[in-house]
Amino acid sequence: MEELALLGDEAVALGAIHAGLTAAYGYPGTPSTEIMERLIAEYESGGPKAAWCANEKTALEAALGVSFAGRRAMVTMKHVGLNVAADPFVNGALLGIKGGLVIAVADDPGMHSSQNEQDSRFYAAFALVPCLEPRTQQEAYDLTREAFDISEQFHVPVVLRLVTRLSHARSGVRVSPQRSQNPLSKADKREWMLLPAYARRRYASLLERQAAMLDWSEKHPVNRLEIENRDRNRVVITTGLGGNYYEENLADLKRALQERGGKEPARLHIGAYPLPQNLIRRLCEGAEEILVIEEGQPLVEQKLRGILPQKHIIHGKMDGTLPASGELDPDVIRPALGLPPRPALSIPSLQDGSFALPGRPPQLCNGCPHGDSYATIKLAVEGLESVAITSDIGCYALGATPPYDIPETIVCMGASVNMAKGAADAGIQHAIGVIGDSTFLHSGITPLIDAIASNTPMTLVILDNSIVAMTGCQDTILPSENLSRLVLGLGLNPEHLLQLEAKRSNLEANAELLRKEILYRGVSVVIFKRECIEAIKKRQKIEAAKKAKPACEDRGGQA
Amino acid sequence: MKRDIILAGVGGQGILSVAAIIAKAAVDQGLKVRQSEVHGMSQRGGAVLAHLRLSDSTIYSDLVPKGEADLIISMEPLESLRYTAWLNPAGTLVSAAEPFINIPAYPELEIIYSMIRSLPRAVIVETQNLAKESGLTRAANMVLIGAASPYLPIAPEAMEGTICELFATKEPAVIDANIKAFRLGRAAAKA
Repeated sequence: MEELALLGDEAVALGAIHAGLTAAYGYPGTPSTEIMERLIAEYESGGPKAAWCANEKTALEAALGVSFAGRRAMVTMKHVGLNVAADPFVNGALLGIKGGLVIAVADDPGMHSSQNEQDSRFYAAFALVPCLEPRTQQEAYDLTREAFDISEQFHVPVVLRLVTRLSHARSGVRVSPQRSQNPLSKADKREWMLLPAYARRRYASLLERQAAMLDWSEKHPVNRLEIENRDRNRVVITTGLGGNYYEENLADLKRALQERGGKEPARLHIGAYPLPQNLIRRLCEGAEEILVIEEGQPLVEQKLRGILPQKHIIHGKMDGTLPASGELDPDVIRPALGLPPRPALSIPSLQDGSFALPGRPPQLCNGCPHGDSYATIKLAVEGLESVAITSDIGCYALGATPPYDIPETIVCMGASVNMAKGAADAGIQHAIGVIGDSTFLHSGITPLIDAIASNTPMTLVILDNSIVAMTGCQDTILPSENLSRLVLGLGLNPEHLLQLEAKRSNLEANAELLRKEILYRGVSVVIFKRECIEAIKKRQKIEAAKKAKPACEDRGGQA
Repeated sequence: MKRDIILAGVGGQGILSVAAIIAKAAVDQGLKVRQSEVHGMSQRGGAVLAHLRLSDSTIYSDLVPKGEADLIISMEPLESLRYTAWLNPAGTLVSAAEPFINIPAYPELEIIYSMIRSLPRAVIVETQNLAKESGLTRAANMVLIGAASPYLPIAPEAMEGTICELFATKEPAVIDANIKAFRLGRAAAKA
């Protein structure tokens, strides 16, 4: 079949569609966003239903509904999104999954665009469901297709664990023919109502199915054991992209070992979970030393080490052989393999540090409305004692860098709202939460209910740029004009709802109005509104593309 | 045959479209391609890099190992220096001449140029002037691709075919200007 150059994320999207997907839901989050962007593009040209949701929990719940109706569904999110969706995820494992349900989670080791490095394989193990971990774009496609089959075979949700470097790397992918969608056919309701009496049976059933899942992973072709003619004394286990980086260095490793009269180590690569225990035992039979190279937190290594003393010497992230944090790459694993750095060019003044290359951290765009909003907040709190400013997840987190330097906390989606309330409860006089419009709709509404219910003296600043900017300008789930009605509907005193245009020329007037609300001893909500400049560009581009005509028929060159 | 390339620049400069054009041309040539990109937060005005690996045999890692890059293509001179540790001893650095100044302590440009020129194989291209000459000021990236093209395992005619295909929806004048920009860049690198 046709070979396409696809991002790992796009390969997942096509894999899902070709597996007979009926509907997909998600919330944007780097590095998972491009899965849904591709699915939505396909939906708009006649493909299966695909839509952004308010948050990851609502997305997963919608997918559960699709599965209940017997049809195949996918949910997409970044790793921390699975925390938000953890409730339907862990409980979903107890259901009798009918239509295949695949949860595509993109982890971000190295925190390129995230607040932590959590490893979703632990979630899959916790919920007792299978996990597939592709390491090439082709595997991303193939294993996505397979994940739906496995989900229906074992009647459980299946986790597809991706990482940044796979999601955002592009390579050729061969696709196979599209399977048709499942017919509409409801699941047995006794397997979908987690009342204690039913839930106990479901949990027992889930435990019972573990053996079959283990058997599947023991036989899975991606879990590849290579022991013939290998060094059985010092062996290697790789998982996910760790396997790629190992293979990248394999030629050098073999050469180095040959010089010393050694052989290539026996090796097991793992990409399908639950952990294939027999394969691990076979690999380690008679082995003295085991090196574990896994992308993410040390799941395999922890299991191997256990608690009690044992005869094997285990190397990995827990004994410092590999760095415990950050992502792996082809260079970082070389010392663990006993290899020196590769020879490289260098510029003496850079190498000896006599010329320090200045860093270039990300920053708010020139002319960004958030910049004006932060300048307004800065001016509004000038001279006030006892101020706390909690912020949130999104582009505006970049207000933590100079010249703004405003937020004091950035934790997780929606945290700014009730952290401001908590700070006020603790005695801070002027607690200010700062949250973007999409983050507010994702997880900011429920804490605002708490604040309004207790009439806490705090101010919530909503930065409404009418778009989900950080992840590449997805549409906000509800239009801006709904925000004020929503906030008033929660019971906010209308006198303390302000809507201001975030504009440099309004700076002083806006700051004065904001200051009044900050001084008010109750809940105020101040909405700063102006369209994101990236969103304007994107909108103009789309409009221009609609007007453009195709050309370039008679030019030479390769097709 | 393999060519490992590091593409460098500042978020928003269009590094991904440069990578995409070269990658597509390589795929059209029947080469295997792996291209690692940067999305998300660092795209907002920060330093960005992309890894592009072209080969006729299996490519294992999406990331280019340090010391393996045959070519650095940088849209910005300061950024080109950030990744010199990736260059193999026979590697080439191709950088746009124009600085992108969005940080307070941007070093003196002449010092940056002299550091680039201290490398055994380095090309600094006036991408903006040549783009102007092509008739399309936006085509600076295409000038850069042209300047890098002598170091790519892809014939210039094939690159031009790909460029044409990618701009197929644009007006013919835009396509012509892009081709001209490509040729001007190529000529500048060879001069």
